[in-house]
Amino acid sequence: MAAAALPFIVFTALWGIVGIVAPFFVPKGPNRGVIQVVLMLTAATCWLFWLCCYMAQMNPLIGPKLEAPIIKLMAREWGHAIIMTSE
Amino acid sequence: MFRSEEMALAQLFIQPEAAYQSISELGETGTVQFRDLNEEVNAFQRKFVTEVRRCDEMERKLRYIEAEVRKDGVHIPDVRELPKAPNPREITDLEAHLEKTEGEIKELSENAVSLKSNYLGFVELRQVLEKTHAFLVEQGEINGPDVSHKLPEDAQTAGIARGRLGFVAGVINRERIPAFERMLWRISRGNVFLKQAEIEEALEDPSTGNLMNKTVFVAFYQGEQLKSRINKVCGEQLKSRINKVCAGFHASIYSCPNISQEREEMLKNVRTQIEDVTLVLNQTKDHRQRVLVGVAKELQNWTVMVRKMKAIYHTLNMFNMDVTKKCLIGECWVPVTDIPVVQKALSDVVQKALSDGSSAGGSSITSFLNVIETNENPPTFNRTNKFTRGFQNLIDSYGVASYREVNPALYTIITFPFLFAIMFGDAGHGVILFLFGLYMVADEKKYMAKKTSSEIWNIFFAGRYIVLLMGIFSIYTGFVYNDVFSKTMNIFGSSWNANSTYTDVDAHQEVQLNPSFDYAGTPYFIGVDPAWMLASNKIIFLNSFKMKLSIIFGVFHMIFGVCMSVVNYAHFRHIEDFFLLFLPQIIFLCLLFLWMVVMMFMKWIMYSADLSEMAYGSSCAPSVLIYFINMMLFSTNDHDEDCMEYMFEGQGTIQLIFVLVALLCIPVMLLGKPFYVMSTRKSQKKASGANGDVNQGMELQPESVSDIPQSAPRRDQHEEHEEPISEIFIHSAIHTIEYVLSTISHTASYLRLWALSLAHAQLSEVLWTMVLQMGFRDNYIGAIFLFLIFAAWAALTVAILVMMEGLSAFLHTLRLHWVEFMSKFYKGEGYIFQPFSFKVILQEEDEAD
Repeated sequence: MAAAALPFIVFTALWGIVGIVAPFFVPKGPNRGVIQVVLMLTAATCWLFWLCCYMAQMNPLIGPKLEAPIIKLMAREWGHAIIMTSE
Repeated sequence: MFRSEEMALAQLFIQPEAAYQSISELGETGTVQFRDLNEEVNAFQRKFVTEVRRCDEMERKLRYIEAEVRKDGVHIPDVRELPKAPNPREITDLEAHLEKTEGEIKELSENAVSLKSNYLGFVELRQVLEKTHAFLVEQGEINGPDVSHKLPEDAQTAGIARGRLGFVAGVINRERIPAFERMLWRISRGNVFLKQAEIEEALEDPSTGNLMNKTVFVAFYQGEQLKSRINKVCGEQLKSRINKVCAGFHASIYSCPNISQEREEMLKNVRTQIEDVTLVLNQTKDHRQRVLVGVAKELQNWTVMVRKMKAIYHTLNMFNMDVTKKCLIGECWVPVTDIPVVQKALSDVVQKALSDGSSAGGSSITSFLNVIETNENPPTFNRTNKFTRGFQNLIDSYGVASYREVNPALYTIITFPFLFAIMFGDAGHGVILFLFGLYMVADEKKYMAKKTSSEIWNIFFAGRYIVLLMGIFSIYTGFVYNDVFSKTMNIFGSSWNANSTYTDVDAHQEVQLNPSFDYAGTPYFIGVDPAWMLASNKIIFLNSFKMKLSIIFGVFHMIFGVCMSVVNYAHFRHIEDFFLLFLPQIIFLCLLFLWMVVMMFMKWIMYSADLSEMAYGSSCAPSVLIYFINMMLFSTNDHDEDCMEYMFEGQGTIQLIFVLVALLCIPVMLLGKPFYVMSTRKSQKKASGANGDVNQGMELQPESVSDIPQSAPRRDQHEEHEEPISEIFIHSAIHTIEYVLSTISHTASYLRLWALSLAHAQLSEVLWTMVLQMGFRDNYIGAIFLFLIFAAWAALTVAILVMMEGLSAFLHTLRLHWVEFMSKFYKGEGYIFQPFSFKVILQEEDEAD
């Protein structure tokens, strides 16, 4: 079990663009520095926030405890078939 | 924004003739802060006292006029463009004009008052005549049935018959009637008979303009024309007594003829008089209205002009006269970048004077500005715009930055809304907050023009951009927490499959999904898996996640703060502080707390529910906190036989080294700075040839401080500013203890992020289940019920979850910034730059009004 590459790349690229690439294209003016700092900090904090959330769930040690009706509902709505066994 | 502006102390040399104009010009630009050069001079002994007095007098007149205008409800139009300060020539005009207007208005209102009291008198008289007519006729009938029946010419006989009773008629305030009646009864021992009738319409009090309810009364008393002498005397006495009582009760008495024809005559007279007076009254009113409207148009202009003028003279009072009395000298702080602006303003004045060819010929020599060197601490000036001002205010309310210190407001722009959002993580509530911020930002021009005195609104409005950003970040964090009004969204497909069998599900109330089988292998795309939000053990998961999250962000935030101190050291050229303070501090912080963060990430990566490796299975997953505590205590970890003691080989050794190095940093922080100061002082002393060997060999022990005072006086002779070495030691000891303790307590303090975010999520969930869920019923009544319940739920959501929780999260975020972040590098010992600016002065006066 490990991280899927796709979300990682997508998010890193997204916040990378915001935080590293975008500051170069800020129009010149008295507020250029402020906008650059704003962009970089936004990207850094948001990326780290997402990363923490993602990694916390990467290798779950326990599973969610669900009530029976919810499990049935999940199976129906989210499309995971409940295995039919007749023991 | 990164640092406050560079300031320069400048001297202004201005010709006295041009001084007024120059200051006015500078006030419009609002770039300089004047210093008071006559501090020891008492306010009454300054040069321009008379001018200030004149301004005060004019202000008083303006206030009077404004009060009159407001009394009449005339609208005072706002001026679009504020006028400049008037010329000295215009001042006299303005003064004369104000004098005239004030006199006119005063006269008008005096006239109006006297006219009105006239009018009131006539109206009352009319009422008296009308009402008493009925009484008197009635009285006549009761009085002498025998006489009046016999004699046909009733006018005269009635008069005679009635003649036995005297009467006094008048008007009195309605609320006084009972007391009045009782009083009359008492003084006459019951011989007075009072008749009364209320006047229907309320009458206006001429001096105050208030409406009063009044009553007409007629007091009959016995015996005016009785033959008996004694009775007559009594009657006279009674009459004078009644009159006295009337005067005491402020009742106005009107003479009222006995005979009804006379009365009618009089009534006719009074009516025509009333008409006349009304006419005159209306004309006066119209005239007054015209005058006031004319004045109201100019009023705002005049007020602004007078206020500007006063401000100019106050400023000029701070100036010094040159010895030759040829020019005024003022000192002021100017931002270095604004010096050209100031110079331009000064030269403009001279240009204008020249082109006017006016009497200010003496001022053809330009006033000039001279930058002087100073050791004084300049004021702190952070140039802000409407976006950054709110954040700067947050910082300034903690303490104004020292001159040229790193300004934390820049980073606060993002970190503040972000930390707030961690606690306020709910996309739904975030949207509400965002829309509120957007509403204020979108219409800001309108609201800025409309000044309100509502303090709460002003506070919100000043922080509108903060609210907007807090909303945006709350939406993001809410999205990651997968929390929308405590409900969850499954956008990308949950990673948890319900692979259980029906028998399983039917057999148990609850089923715990097993990460080994039911987990898809890769986590949910963004944020928390929706399956968790439905689970009954979601708190266990969220606790561990949010707790780690808050520690991670806390540690990074603190490290960031400590790094900021480097920028300060570099700017102030305190290289020694970099090595003696920053390095040990950052090493201490990183080795202990960053290591804890690293362990958290390692735990997330290395341990899983995969069954292939027992040592990294879920049963062996260690507690990072226990690891950390044991690391600090140098003790070993308890562990099962299957598991390893640490996450990897050699971790114990690494941790031991980390702790030892971190502990070594403490003495460096403690003693480094004082020894550095001592050694530099010594080398300075050697250079100056003084005997520097006194303390040698004693430096090893901090206790040797006690010996220092002997040499301290000598040192003080050399350098006045130096504090004794003992104090430096104490300072550094306090700083060290504070820092070491604070790293621990501050890290723990960041746990408030976890606590508040958990509380917020739980509260919104409780609100959903306790309130809104009651409305879900399966019939038509349920629909109506749901409608009402939804209103309650929505109101509670806004009031409790958005307002109250938002406020508490805001305060906690503020604390995290002020205490945990800024204490790492921020001194905040500056004082703020207050430029002389008409805009600011006018605003302040408006608020004071």
